[in-house]
Amino acid sequence: MAATLFDKIWNQHIVQEVNDGPSVLYIDRHFIHEVTSPQAFNGIEKRRLPLFRPKQIVATADHNVPTLHQELPIRDELSRLQVQQLIENCAKHGVELYGLGHPNQGIVHVIGPELGVTQPGMTIVCGDSHTSTHGAFGTIAFGIGTSEVEMVFAAQCLLQTKPKQMRINIEGELLPGVVAKDIILYIIAQISAGGATGYFVEYAGSAIRKLSMEARMTICNMSIEMGARGGLIAPDETTFAYLEGRPFAPAGDAFTKKVAAWRELYSDADAAFDMELNIHADQIQPMITFGTNPGMGMAINDSIPTYESLEAESEKANLKKALTYMGLQAGQSLLGMPVQHVFIGSCTNSRIEDLRLVASMVKGKKKHPDVQVLIVPGSQEVARQAKREGLDSIFQDAGFELRQAGCSACLGMNEDKVPAGEYCVSTSNRNFEGRQGAGARTLLASPLTAAAAALTGIITDVRTLL
Amino acid sequence: MKPLKEIESRFVPLPIENIDTDQIIPARFLKATTRDGFGKNLFRDWRYVQDDEQQPVASFVLNQPRYSGEILVAGKNFGCGSSREHAAWALKDYGFKAVVCSFFADIFKNNALNNGVIPVRVSDAFLAKIFAQDAEAVIQINIEQQTITILLTGEQETFDINPYKKTCLLNGYDDIDYLISIKDSIEKYEATRK
Repeated sequence: MAATLFDKIWNQHIVQEVNDGPSVLYIDRHFIHEVTSPQAFNGIEKRRLPLFRPKQIVATADHNVPTLHQELPIRDELSRLQVQQLIENCAKHGVELYGLGHPNQGIVHVIGPELGVTQPGMTIVCGDSHTSTHGAFGTIAFGIGTSEVEMVFAAQCLLQTKPKQMRINIEGELLPGVVAKDIILYIIAQISAGGATGYFVEYAGSAIRKLSMEARMTICNMSIEMGARGGLIAPDETTFAYLEGRPFAPAGDAFTKKVAAWRELYSDADAAFDMELNIHADQIQPMITFGTNPGMGMAINDSIPTYESLEAESEKANLKKALTYMGLQAGQSLLGMPVQHVFIGSCTNSRIEDLRLVASMVKGKKKHPDVQVLIVPGSQEVARQAKREGLDSIFQDAGFELRQAGCSACLGMNEDKVPAGEYCVSTSNRNFEGRQGAGARTLLASPLTAAAAALTGIITDVRTLL
Repeated sequence: MKPLKEIESRFVPLPIENIDTDQIIPARFLKATTRDGFGKNLFRDWRYVQDDEQQPVASFVLNQPRYSGEILVAGKNFGCGSSREHAAWALKDYGFKAVVCSFFADIFKNNALNNGVIPVRVSDAFLAKIFAQDAEAVIQINIEQQTITILLTGEQETFDINPYKKTCLLNGYDDIDYLISIKDSIEKYEATRK
């Protein structure tokens, strides 16, 4: 029977079905971090259970860590205690930890792929909604809650109901100035923040095939922002080339053998999807969000919708609430609007290719004096690579603050926050109220658009600078 | 988990769509290492002016004494965004036993169920009927029958719940009990993949 990529991986991981209920899904890799794991460790200890497969878990500290002076003790007491708890829990239960100061430390969704832990055909979970990132390698990867982290600790399995499946095909050539972030912001603006709820999404088509692994990760990363449980892309030569030689990837004959198996991971020509969406790549412009969910996005040279253009009363109410928070007007263009902050980083856009994109725009230039620019590599390895390529001096010469690896200003949890009422063009994934700090106003965009705003101090169509 | 069969209570209306888990519990409150005490920070930034507990936002529903109860009724796509289970813990700690909405974000729905907070999905029309009730109206949620009823008017709708999860809720079982009971099968499965 014809099967989708998702079906093939799913079927290989079913331990058994529960009568009248969900499937028992086996989990190959489990990533954990300091914020969503302590209660799960506590839970299995209360039940006097050991970790079932500790060798299949990789831990790091990313959300709650400072991005300056990581060699010093964390100043905030609660953050320090939470990170310390992770160290103790991992030591006690035999889990490999890439904590602060470790050369492999970084954002969990950056280090997994970078180390070659993430491999095609796997099932991967983490107590973090952006686990969908790993789907870029042709995996079933999704975020889970802490009770589910505890289940995977206890039995390396989850009880799951098979989701519906959607395929989004993007054919053709991208326009100049348009990058992966614009593709996914465009899709979410089309589908809405809840439009893919209940679905797993496969991204396909010639425009996707041409993307690098970093770009594919950006797209899969934000699948959750339209409600999808996860997103995935069939592995191909780009995937195999990325993985070859990575520390945890198989080597030599074992790698060749694996690649042969990975080549079977694609949706059969006649496989059926519950929903399909077709997009021409040239419909996509550089994007920016204006509201308080990632579905409230538009082409950068477009205007915020007017109330009259919206039919449902609920839509009007949503827009009004969002614009009140954002301090913006219906019908307004954002071009030329001053911004006070630019944040380049997060599990969406903090990989070496993102930093290269930014460097290509700002090399030999200076940031606008009224903008504070934070650029935060996703991992220690990304930071080292940036240095090897001389990107660090490009950023420093431009007046950017190059920080140490972590989630940073994406989520208003660590020290990096945007002050109330101020605007931040951010390469992160969420523009929710208060996401970057209480009262902070986030405008999501690509690394290129963020770099453009850093240089000009205003919202800028990157194509005017190319 | 305690068995849960029926909830009968007044309701707290929050007619806002796409309420994300950053609103339910902002990230700065995720530094705790236990599951307790999150209720006081539920909807923190909508509840207080500039994070000041002495300055409640008068218009926010949790600050209006006429609304109370164990059932939160919200606009569609409740619980979107971050996977933080702290959102479910905060709702539960505050005293909510059910959330009613016309659709839920997937991860939140699982998190809620795993904590004995029932996500009740109703039609848009039924949701509008609940929002139209006054503050004294009592809602009854029967898990066994899978029904939600506005007691004053008798209007009723059925809701879906996974039969496995229903058994868990009615008996107070959780997934870990089940998974532990099938460890032999899991080990056998692992052996087939070696």
